[in-house]
Amino acid sequence: MARMKVATVWFGGCSGCHMSFLDLDEFLIDLAAQVDIVYSPVADVKEYPSHVDICLIEGAVANDEHVELAHLIRQNTDIIIAFGDCAVTGNVTAMRNPLGTIEPILQKVYVEAATLHGRIPFEKGIVPQLLDRVLPLHQVIEVDAYLPGCPPPAERIKAVLVKALSGEPLTLEGSDLKPG
Amino acid sequence: MAVKTLTIDGKHVSARDDQTILQTAREAGIRIPTLCDLPGVGPLGACRLCLVEVTGVPKLLPACVTVVQEGMEVQTNTERLRRYRLMIVELLFAERNHVCSVCVANNHCELQDRAMEIGMTHSRFAYQFPKLDVDTTHGRFGIDHNRCILCSRCVRVCDEIEGAHTWDVSGRGANARVITDMNVPWGEAASCTSCGKCVQACPTGAIFRIGATVAELEKDRTQLSFIVNARENKQWLG
Repeated sequence: MARMKVATVWFGGCSGCHMSFLDLDEFLIDLAAQVDIVYSPVADVKEYPSHVDICLIEGAVANDEHVELAHLIRQNTDIIIAFGDCAVTGNVTAMRNPLGTIEPILQKVYVEAATLHGRIPFEKGIVPQLLDRVLPLHQVIEVDAYLPGCPPPAERIKAVLVKALSGEPLTLEGSDLKPG
Repeated sequence: MAVKTLTIDGKHVSARDDQTILQTAREAGIRIPTLCDLPGVGPLGACRLCLVEVTGVPKLLPACVTVVQEGMEVQTNTERLRRYRLMIVELLFAERNHVCSVCVANNHCELQDRAMEIGMTHSRFAYQFPKLDVDTTHGRFGIDHNRCILCSRCVRVCDEIEGAHTWDVSGRGANARVITDMNVPWGEAASCTSCGKCVQACPTGAIFRIGATVAELEKDRTQLSFIVNARENKQWLG
């Protein structure tokens, strides 16, 4: 059987979910024996591959680059897992939403609060533009499974990966559904 | 006192004629999920999680405020009810800004507990992200409207147990808010005795002790039923 192609992606999050992924400890060695990590913040790959079996997406959708990549991932991926509370609910990344659209927030942070050279960062094609509203992943693309937690405990990540590798439905129950 | 006999999930049970479906189910060991219900204060039917099906009644009935009747056939856990309960919990999460990871009540929250119990994986409804206030004018306790689910437990403990009726609900629908006195900052609410019963009653992190940080706020609801039991039954020793 061909080795499964697994990707992990980092959108608007703190990378805590990826840190928790690394907390899988020796299971990472078992995992490495069964899958190829084809795209990830911890692998030096620039382009999202044309076919991926499972993709874990950490973080909320917060800028236009996230939106574009999310759609590409959806096209090229069989199973997409919303990885952690930011992807599932927006979580901390979305706490700016009640404050309104992005312009006044950038103004306040980068201009009014700056002590030196206050300026809103803008480089077309280089600095991704922030969305007016941070969104959970499933409001942008179809999501196949949800892995909540801030971060999801390593055991919970393992439970989902084991199911995914054996082709079982990726359903969690009870305390494995706890956000936060 | 008359006794009523009925069935709940096919199980034959008997109840006093003033008991509700919820009380009867609990005595029979049948679990119905609740959120606004709080032992020690009167039921209200605010959260709708305890909705049940009764044969012959086309609409769903809240078990906490529906009194038993002779020959009732009650279903508490049908596919339809599970669908509605899931929808209710998802709507509660979407309505305000419940950010469990940075909430004082994380790991000790009844909304979080119900989400797990009912099997919520995510909210299918668009988060509203309303801009809401946090009132810390009281000095010892605070109210964070971002986390309030309008269960009105605070209103009921304050009125029924403390007898102060500092809390109430103003507005309707999405504009509804719990308020203190005539919608003044909590610190200016002259009727508040600072007893802290609302802090214990609140199912989420909405009403909190100032100084509590993430996941630190554990509440003790048994204090409230202890007071009621002591008052009504004169039982206050273990």
